[in-house]
Amino acid sequence: MERIPILRMGKLLLVTIQVDMHDRLALTLQDDLTSRIVKDGARGVLIDISSLDVVDSFIGRMIGNTAAMARVLDAETVVVGMQPSVAITLVELGLTLSGVRTALDVEKGMALLARNGTV
Amino acid sequence: MTIFNSTAAPTSTSPPDTLPIRSDEQIVRLRQFVREKAVAQGLSLIDQTKFVTAASELARNTLIYGGGGDVHCYLVERNGRRGLTLEFVDNGPGIPDIQRALSDGFTSGSGLGLGLGGAKRLCDEFDIRSAPGEGTHVSITKWKPF
Repeated sequence: MERIPILRMGKLLLVTIQVDMHDRLALTLQDDLTSRIVKDGARGVLIDISSLDVVDSFIGRMIGNTAAMARVLDAETVVVGMQPSVAITLVELGLTLSGVRTALDVEKGMALLARNGTV
Repeated sequence: MTIFNSTAAPTSTSPPDTLPIRSDEQIVRLRQFVREKAVAQGLSLIDQTKFVTAASELARNTLIYGGGGDVHCYLVERNGRRGLTLEFVDNGPGIPDIQRALSDGFTSGSGLGLGLGGAKRLCDEFDIRSAPGEGTHVSITKWKPF
């Protein structure tokens, strides 16, 4: 079954979403990330969505759920690389993604997590 | 049949393309297809993204609540403006209360309840016809500005 790879760097998990995910794949990613946070004792999760030119309410919900589950497991999530047209569309959709921190790119996302002492 | 926000049909400049919506993968395929058509019609990047996102929301509704269906894609024109129209059709159970379905946060499933109202906000024109036992027909249009 196809899966989106999750990389570990110390206490950080890094995911780069480079495919247009169908719903099942998004759910699989959500489950995989949650399992890996526990298995690896991860404190930070970085989700790179710079390749996504569409984020609809299902994917948005997946991201929001992942961040919420991570928080329950004492890990912080940062979403990086959101394309401007995606950001505009999400706001108009009514998806606030409150509780999900964002950064411009992977480097800034990691700096954000490091600044908070997470990783 | 209950009709909301009905608009006069734009003129189609070619026969429609019809894509099935019966699986997750077909929703992805539809997103890619709509993106291609939107680019071809000259929509801006932001308008492309809004329209593709609206299509994704409605396609998911067709699949999950409508039990699967089809989407017809029309290249359209009105008063010299070019645009794109998508019609989502299913023979599912239909929507008992359209106004409620359009309100943000309402979901009869496990979603966020933003899909129908969200699609309406993201598009220039939105038309929905549905009633219990009569399936659902949703039409959205996005125009290229002059």
